[in-house]
Amino acid sequence: MSVKKIHRIKESQEYFVNMGPQHPSTHGVLRLLLTLDGETITNVEPHLGYIHRSIEKMCEKDSYQQIVHLTDRMDYLSCHMNNEAVCLAVEKGLELEVSDRVKVIRTIMSELTRLSSHQLWWGVMGMDLGAITSFLYGFRDREMITDIFEETCGARLTMNYNVPGGLMFDIPANFQTKVKEFITHFRKKLPEYDQLMTDNVIFRNRTEGIGILSKEDAISYGVTGPGGRASGWNNDIRKSHPYSAYNKVDFKEIIYTEGDSFARYKARIQEMWESMNIIEQLIDNIPEGNYREKTKAVIKLPKTEIYQSVETARGELGVYINSDGKKNPYRVKFRSPGLSNLNALNTMAKGGKIADLVTIMSTLDLVIPDIDR
Amino acid sequence: MNVLQDKINSFGIEIIFPETETPTQFLTIEISSENTHKLISELKNNPDTSFDYLFCQTGVDFPEHMEVLYHLRSTTHQHEVVVKAKIKNRENPSIDSVYDLYKTAEYHEREIFDLFGVKFNNHPDLRRILLDDEWEGHPLRKDYVDEINIVEL
Repeated sequence: MSVKKIHRIKESQEYFVNMGPQHPSTHGVLRLLLTLDGETITNVEPHLGYIHRSIEKMCEKDSYQQIVHLTDRMDYLSCHMNNEAVCLAVEKGLELEVSDRVKVIRTIMSELTRLSSHQLWWGVMGMDLGAITSFLYGFRDREMITDIFEETCGARLTMNYNVPGGLMFDIPANFQTKVKEFITHFRKKLPEYDQLMTDNVIFRNRTEGIGILSKEDAISYGVTGPGGRASGWNNDIRKSHPYSAYNKVDFKEIIYTEGDSFARYKARIQEMWESMNIIEQLIDNIPEGNYREKTKAVIKLPKTEIYQSVETARGELGVYINSDGKKNPYRVKFRSPGLSNLNALNTMAKGGKIADLVTIMSTLDLVIPDIDR
Repeated sequence: MNVLQDKINSFGIEIIFPETETPTQFLTIEISSENTHKLISELKNNPDTSFDYLFCQTGVDFPEHMEVLYHLRSTTHQHEVVVKAKIKNRENPSIDSVYDLYKTAEYHEREIFDLFGVKFNNHPDLRRILLDDEWEGHPLRKDYVDEINIVEL
């Protein structure tokens, strides 16, 4: 009898483990229901909606200027791009052309936001994998960008710097000096990131060949941003549908073909170099002009449908506005990059170990409020 | 844009290209909900169109009908199209799922089911995604009454 019992224990048996909703590596309130066979993952089922705030429903009651403020709270690390997406959509509906000054400042601010988002991602990714120092490095350099944001628009995280028709305020007098100071500083510091993590043997072993996503799956799941580009899919909205001043600058679209976690990591690191290139091309040539075009106090879009996509730090953010001619939109949809990226998690994590799931979650760079909206 | 229109017309599926006063951003196709899956499958698999990327899928609730929108892009030809599927039965809407064509539809369709109550046939796992399983009603429908009036201004 006892022999039979021992035999039964040795048989593989599936069991369930809840990862989250309060788990440090989910970076927010997300619950993953893991089906495990030993330490091997056989299925991942994300349960979302813990911080669903019905932003799309609230938009139907708000004026277009008010919608901009709600978008800060979706992907709070790409807040400037989220604001920009709504403003570009409203400007498209009004057929309003903003000045070149606004376009250039928006582009510089977007790239600064992307840099600060990637710095935070880099620091947190190191911490997820057990390297505390990277967190301190990332936040040290990010501090300089948040200081620039604070001087420009008064806020460090939820910026609200864009309004339909331009910008809330003009840039301060020392904006260019501060940004240039940051770029000089960060050009020296970014190689340190490589020394600390990229060339680390433990780090390489934990990322190389982990969580492979094929190009076909990336397109089918709609995994955009650095995640999709690491699988060989050229999906950069800044290249394919340029907005603001992106058609005036020269930059590379970072593409890797491996599709594993290390490729996603490299894509983000290289994107930081490219962001700095973009800022350097623009910072000395900010044209003169209005920082804000006059709009009516109550903006009414004509009866129309608008879709505007921008490239946030996480991928393609789409804003769909269906207007029936009133001061509120009839329907607003945010195509958030996080929701589609999370969808691919099961494909990437299946067959791996629990520790690999943490790596994959990190390299997907999920921000939960962006998924739940 | 007209070349694409001719190609899509040659599929022989009953579709309408709606006339608008001002030019629309994307080429728009209106279709009944019964033929939607057939059309999108043709749009994806035909090498002339090859729309392989569903970048946005959403629903809109109109007084007379329910609409499901598919924003499609081709990664080879770089053209875009919007398919508007009209569901006449607004009270009990249902449409075929496109999960077999685009895996991203899994979450998008669950979201539309959650917020609009549109049932997707052949969807592998149609449950609420953002709201509680016990939630009553579908909040983004225009006739939804919010009892707590949180969103009333």
